Amino acid sequence: MPSLGADMDEGTVIEWLVKPGDTVARGDVVAVVDTSKAAVDVECFDSGVIEDILVQPGKAVPVGTPLATIGTADGATAKPVPVKPAAPAPAAPSAPAPSPKPRPPVAGPLVRKQAAELGVDLTGVRGTGRGGAITRADVQRAARPRTVTESPPRAKVTPYARRLAKELGVDLAQVVARDGIVRAADVRAVKPVPQAGKPAAPVVDRTATTRQATAKLMARSKREIPHYYLSTTIDMSVALARLAELNRDLPVERRVLPVAPLLRACARAAEKVPQLNGFWNSEGFEPGEVVRLGMAVSLRGGGLIVPVIANATDLGPVEMMDRVRDLVTRARSGRLRGSELTEATITVTNLGDRGVESVFGVIHPPQVALVGVGKVLERPWAVDGLLGVRPVVTVTLSADHRATDGHTGARYLEIVEKLLTTPEEP
Amino acid sequence: MKEHLDLLREMVRIRRFEERCAELYSSAQIRGFLHLYVGEEAVAAGVMSELDPQDAVVSTYRDHGHALARGVPMDAVMAEMFGKVAGCSRGRGGSMHLFDASHRFFGGNAIVGGGLPVAAGLALAHAMRGEPRVVACFFGEGAAAEGEFHEVLNLAALWRLPVLFCCENNQYAMGTAFAKEHAAGDLALRASSYGLAAWSVDGMDVLAVKESARRATESIRAGGGPCLLELRTYRFRAHSMYDPERYRDKAEVARWRDLDPIDRLVAVMKHEFTDDELGALEAEVSVEIDHAVAIADAADLEPVTDLTRFVTSEVTP
Amino acid sequence: MKTTYREALREAIRDAMQRDDRVFLMGEDVGSYGGCYAVSLGLLEEFGPERIRDTPLSESAFVGAGIGAALNGMRPIVEVMTVNFSLLALDQILNNAATLLHMSGGQFPVPLVIRMTTGAGRQLAAQHSHSLEGWYAHIPGLRVLAPATLEDARGMLWPALCDPDPVLIFEHNALYNLSGELSDDAGPVDLTRAAVRRQGKDVTLITYGGSLAKTLTAAEELAADGIDAEVIDLRTLRPLDADTFLESVRRTHRAVVVDEGWRTGSLSAEIAARIAEEALYELDAPVRRVCSAEVPIPYAKHLEEAALPQPASIAAAAREVVRGG
Repeated sequence: MPSLGADMDEGTVIEWLVKPGDTVARGDVVAVVDTSKAAVDVECFDSGVIEDILVQPGKAVPVGTPLATIGTADGATAKPVPVKPAAPAPAAPSAPAPSPKPRPPVAGPLVRKQAAELGVDLTGVRGTGRGGAITRADVQRAARPRTVTESPPRAKVTPYARRLAKELGVDLAQVVARDGIVRAADVRAVKPVPQAGKPAAPVVDRTATTRQATAKLMARSKREIPHYYLSTTIDMSVALARLAELNRDLPVERRVLPVAPLLRACARAAEKVPQLNGFWNSEGFEPGEVVRLGMAVSLRGGGLIVPVIANATDLGPVEMMDRVRDLVTRARSGRLRGSELTEATITVTNLGDRGVESVFGVIHPPQVALVGVGKVLERPWAVDGLLGVRPVVTVTLSADHRATDGHTGARYLEIVEKLLTTPEEP
Repeated sequence: MKEHLDLLREMVRIRRFEERCAELYSSAQIRGFLHLYVGEEAVAAGVMSELDPQDAVVSTYRDHGHALARGVPMDAVMAEMFGKVAGCSRGRGGSMHLFDASHRFFGGNAIVGGGLPVAAGLALAHAMRGEPRVVACFFGEGAAAEGEFHEVLNLAALWRLPVLFCCENNQYAMGTAFAKEHAAGDLALRASSYGLAAWSVDGMDVLAVKESARRATESIRAGGGPCLLELRTYRFRAHSMYDPERYRDKAEVARWRDLDPIDRLVAVMKHEFTDDELGALEAEVSVEIDHAVAIADAADLEPVTDLTRFVTSEVTP
Repeated sequence: MKTTYREALREAIRDAMQRDDRVFLMGEDVGSYGGCYAVSLGLLEEFGPERIRDTPLSESAFVGAGIGAALNGMRPIVEVMTVNFSLLALDQILNNAATLLHMSGGQFPVPLVIRMTTGAGRQLAAQHSHSLEGWYAHIPGLRVLAPATLEDARGMLWPALCDPDPVLIFEHNALYNLSGELSDDAGPVDLTRAAVRRQGKDVTLITYGGSLAKTLTAAEELAADGIDAEVIDLRTLRPLDADTFLESVRRTHRAVVVDEGWRTGSLSAEIAARIAEEALYELDAPVRRVCSAEVPIPYAKHLEEAALPQPASIAAAAREVVRGG
């Protein structure tokens, strides 16, 4: 049975035009075949004598089925008309022998809706309607609770709120939804539950006290420390390209943001310029043993908190990002450990999120330097004498002129720039 | 004459190739649509014999004859029909989309009339660069009802584009007879109304086709602007492999078979060549075809991992 | 220097034609008339009729001719007067320009640039007001661009011409008169990235082309209302720079897409789907879309305005996602 069209799977012989014993030549029409569309003449591609008719008229057979055998003229039997079976069509599976399957429940759309609302699984419901159809009464009967416990209706929670709740350890059941939908703000509004067995801590207006502490510190800084300020604008395209590469293999929640390479660069530059990494006291400058990088985090409701990244120079970009994420989250929910709040040897304040281009901050005594990082912005940029557009960031240094002078500060910024713009950063 | 032998060889190659394709399609090794050129060989053979390698060719879905006559290697065409990566389009095109950059064969096109604008553009580039080239654009008489035909003939005449429009009038646009397709029946006359030279040619006489193509290409290369040849021909087989041919009667087909272009050329050549020499040609062609089928059969399929390649260019200049 | 979008486009064409002899412009009324929107005014006098070619009203023929010329070594810019008329050439664009490279197994790239005016807003009624960028962005094999600023009008054409594959550039009709400052040495721009036109933290507004200005206006309105909106100009509609808008949504947790096409099956639907696929767990509200109403664009001014996205409707959508319904 030849293939006579792209969509032909089987055909039926209507009429044989030859019989066993007839001599045929290549190209002769030997039969008429009915496909689903019309009757078509079928030619043979061999010459010889018809031996056996294998398929009688009226029977539908698949494409590729031998229809007749042709022998050579001297009587020797040739193989049946060779037909190469078609390469199996990749997508269409052959129809399986019908096996008994459970019939899907018969129920109209209203009944289904009701079942869904009542949480009834229709496959378990016996239908008493016509032909075994499930009626609303059937659904209601099935919905009547046999036990007392009833699952509460599923709350509407936005995906972000759900994720945030998990991160902050907030029980969604405790969250009050404003308009029936729980959002991130609602999750954050939940106060942490006091530990059972411990006396409830006195309610302290944390916001006010933080503000006061910050105010005192800043005033003292400005009073005592002679600040000088330096600024540099850095081409971030190399750093961002590297980030993009890293992020390709990372799940969404661990994607690395520009803050990570920026903090790394600030830390490693501080390692190379130790005069900026340490404390000023009555004896003069005392260098820090290692770089403990303070990262200024703004608190909702105002005020600043500065968690410390302890071994900032050792962290790779992904680890740095993880650490930053963790610290910021816990900083904002007031769950930092004491050890994380002390002894920063140099601090970075990153106001890029706020959309600020450059920030000249106030040094946190007894430190001698504060690095300011602005937003990564696209700007026109000169590259090899041509005008291009590059993502750039402005990094500033506020430094204590008692401990260092401009030359040292400039060196620091130069190293930061080098670390960010050099492709093969180990 | 050698010229006659070359023409005959070309026509016989096409004829036997098409017959073999019919067989391969029946055994489902070739799939999809298959539009055979049997009966029309004189058109491809005659026109291509007047083109240079630097000219360009645009064809239709009935493109096997054009591709072979243009010089696209037979194995590459057969492999394409089998969907193999060794095919001239890497198996991506199939029967209707044969392409070969090295022979400046700019494709079979499945949209009736779809190749005409592209042919005009190819010619425009030649004209802008002052090159004495010809773009041969093949299409059926059915395309002369499509808007593109009218737009392109007008544009080509207006800008004097070096296009040789080859209208293969085989009397039927799929199943629609000529008289039911066109109100004004003289295609050459209609074409000339756009301001270009057009004439009708007996498409079953390869020598007449060749002569008309020679005159037309000479004129075009000399800057005479586009020409249209209405080549009156006939396809002996159905429109495509699956076509019950309800629209024409067998007596008509038989009448046209009497005008078989191969028989006619052989009749002319009887005085120049012996039966043995002609038989040798058939044998040569048979070997070539068997070889092409064997190569196509043994060739590899393109790996599925390459599926999304060639949507955009891989080499950026 | 002070200039307009129209002048920036003209300068881009002039620059391209000076850089490369293979470049030429072809389309209806681009020569003697100076271009339907006056983009090519003066170019015929400067470059002559061989390179600034007026065509007859035959979209299919001259777009196809552009394809053929590109196949054969030229770098044509085909101007289709508006996207409305491009429908007459849709077969050439889809079945030839976008497809020849693939069908031929990589042998025939088509380095063609087609420029088209698009969009509504001038009371030109249904047949002259389409925004079909989304349709074209659906087709593999095409690059689709929507310059919305002077820099992009000036800078997208040359890299588009350098692309070995077909590029469609959509110019919204409301932008031609846009005037502003453009750097004297403005030149080619990147074609692959979306741009953050306004930074913000409360909601991401994603848009392109003629809707950018309206979206920025909406952002100002929202700022006065205490909502800090980030506005992203897609610039390239195919391929989409999803990274940019996804990064933004991950920060703001809310997205509104502004698209002048009809809502159903539009480009905004693709963007919303991408956000749902790749940033679902960042969303604090459903993605909202502000599109044209599901009507053929009407003639009467008040009806047309009501049918199209406007700053008020954009701001309202943003408020909804930020504050809740």
